[in-house]
Amino acid sequence: MRHTISVLVENKFGVLSRVSGLFSGRGFNIESLSVGETIDPAVSLMTIVTTGDDKIVEQITKQLNKLIDVIKVVDYMEVDHVEREMVLIKVAPKKNDKTEFLKLAEIFRGRIVDSGPTSFTVQITGDKHKIAAFIELIKPFGIKEFVRTGTVSIAREGIKKTK
Amino acid sequence: MKISGAEILIDCLKKEGVKHIFGYPGGVVLNIFDTLYDEKGLELILTRHEQGAVHAADGYARSSGKVGVALVTSGPGATNTVTGIATAAMDSIPLVVFSGQVPTMLIGNDAFQEADIVGMTRPCTKHNYLVKDIKDLAKTIKEAFHIASTGRPGPVLIDLPKDVSAGMTEYIKPKEVQLRSYNPTYHGNKWGIKKAAGLIAKAKKPVILAGGGVILSGAAKELTELAKITNVPVTMTLMGLGAFPGSHKQSLGMLGMHGTYYANKAVQDADLLIGIGVRFEDRVTGRTDAFAPNAKIIQIDIDPTSIRKNVRVDMPIVGDVKSVLTDMIKVIKDQKEQWGAVRNSWLKQIAAWKKERPLTYNFDEKIIKPEFVVEKIYEVTKGDAIICTEVGQNQMWAAQFYNYDKPRQLLTSGGLGTMGYGFPAAIGAQFANPKKVVFDIAGDGSIQMNIQELATAVLNKIPVKVAILNNGVLGMVRQWQELFFRERYAHTILDTDRVPDFVKVAEAYGAVGLRATKPSEVVPVLKKALKIKDKPVFMDFVCDWKEKVFPMVPAGAAIDEMIFDEEVEEKPKRKLKAVK
Repeated sequence: MRHTISVLVENKFGVLSRVSGLFSGRGFNIESLSVGETIDPAVSLMTIVTTGDDKIVEQITKQLNKLIDVIKVVDYMEVDHVEREMVLIKVAPKKNDKTEFLKLAEIFRGRIVDSGPTSFTVQITGDKHKIAAFIELIKPFGIKEFVRTGTVSIAREGIKKTK
Repeated sequence: MKISGAEILIDCLKKEGVKHIFGYPGGVVLNIFDTLYDEKGLELILTRHEQGAVHAADGYARSSGKVGVALVTSGPGATNTVTGIATAAMDSIPLVVFSGQVPTMLIGNDAFQEADIVGMTRPCTKHNYLVKDIKDLAKTIKEAFHIASTGRPGPVLIDLPKDVSAGMTEYIKPKEVQLRSYNPTYHGNKWGIKKAAGLIAKAKKPVILAGGGVILSGAAKELTELAKITNVPVTMTLMGLGAFPGSHKQSLGMLGMHGTYYANKAVQDADLLIGIGVRFEDRVTGRTDAFAPNAKIIQIDIDPTSIRKNVRVDMPIVGDVKSVLTDMIKVIKDQKEQWGAVRNSWLKQIAAWKKERPLTYNFDEKIIKPEFVVEKIYEVTKGDAIICTEVGQNQMWAAQFYNYDKPRQLLTSGGLGTMGYGFPAAIGAQFANPKKVVFDIAGDGSIQMNIQELATAVLNKIPVKVAILNNGVLGMVRQWQELFFRERYAHTILDTDRVPDFVKVAEAYGAVGLRATKPSEVVPVLKKALKIKDKPVFMDFVCDWKEKVFPMVPAGAAIDEMIFDEEVEEKPKRKLKAVK
């Protein structure tokens, strides 16, 4: 099962390596990890996407909670939430394909953030399904470079998923 | 008034009640050592290796329940502590280790004797710190002691750059520790405790499995009361020995790979297993899917990660063992059950198992059996000594043939299995318990891993008794080779009947060296050693090298699939497959 886990941590040096070291040391898997400051600069938020069965994810959340610098752990499997990731993709379509590529980007609400003589850079935001679908579609146009931010999540207001 | 970082450090240590520090000096901790030099209430014990310092602090902590403290220099001094820290981490022992560090300006430059010790010890400490600003020093030390000693205890490392210990600042004494991200759960869930008490009441074949958590929590008394009022037999993990009196009729001794026949049988047959302060490690459970197959499992532990990590748990209770057991005893007393009657046939069955295969060995009049030595140590010390062990066969025999009636009596590296632990730990334990008799039951392999600490013991007049069960081999590994590797003794033969001569080694250091080569010499040697009160004694017991530890559960087998001495003797070519 794929789980998105958000980890509220003290914004101190070495915290990222405590968290990533926990995953590598115990053989847990990290699909993506993103870190940023919160409104309170003393606190950072990490969003980690991981996979594992119930037993493994239970251990992951418990082990995270055990780290002294971790303030709070939320497994979004148990919470209704919005999930987004941003991807920047540099594509070099052939002359005849340019129009079609731009249309496709538009359908996916992609924004062209840079264009050069031979390539476009498109910015696309969405959940993992949308991003996967877009990447699949534009592969034939020729992807030159590709960079993703990792998933971030936020809980929806008031609604709790019943498990 | 401004004072130095070193002075702040020492004041903070005194406020934490520290009396002894085990350490080794070096360039970047010179200021601290210089400040300590004039200090009256705080003794620095100079070991001969930083690993020895940490093990000594560990032995000090295990035997006293206080936080052990070590102080070393940067680079190699710091890296030498890693084994000691990892040993303490695996067994949840409260330590605060101070390491020197190059000045903050030089960190990251690969300066002389620089090592990223915070990075290296991150996975084997409960928490660690690099103090970059002298203003944070006092607060950090306070936090470190708090974290090390509360919740599930563990080692904490503080890395002190030279400019922090040498720098000057206004000393503001820290207030109470407030950590929003660290709040261990002490009190168990009331509903859970009630439910667990109900399970105990209904169980026909219950067994308590007590672990190191009982000792760390100071709950031996509560455990004993619970066992007595409910009439439930108690088995212990290696770390739990002493949590319940080993000589009590309800004691089943140790469980697991080298556990007793009756403990392993009882757990496999039980309908309820009450795990208290245990983490169900693989040496205890054997094959987990075949572990306690008929039992509902209750698990009480302060660390939520211990629960359901290795085995299924039907009734988890997160909390401090002492607090949970106190609550549970109250609930159980209210139930007013007639415990005796319910358990009679179960206790009879257990008594039958005890009779069927007690812990035993073949005594020999010509050659010393290592078990015999441990048995005699038990007799001459009247079961009242602090016993440290090294790792391997010596450790298992020390666990099997000495009855631990009190907690904090057996100090052994259970989780990490660190050879070389016992001797420095014994020195630390003797510092914490000057009136007690302290033994290190050692092997000839293990003792050589920290033998340099003889100097520490001699110079501090520490009368630690080291009983070397000298079989000239790395016995436990050799045992596996005999059983599972067609007697191919790849690099396990040490030939220590020749190299070194332990009696001469002891004498060279100014200690006493004694030797016994016949069983009849064992007791006289032990008695002679007990009379020596002002220096360490090495007792070289020349033992049967073929002796093996039994019962034994082969790796990957269920814990009731034990092999015994006679089976191996009868069928020497019997094929036993090691799964792992």
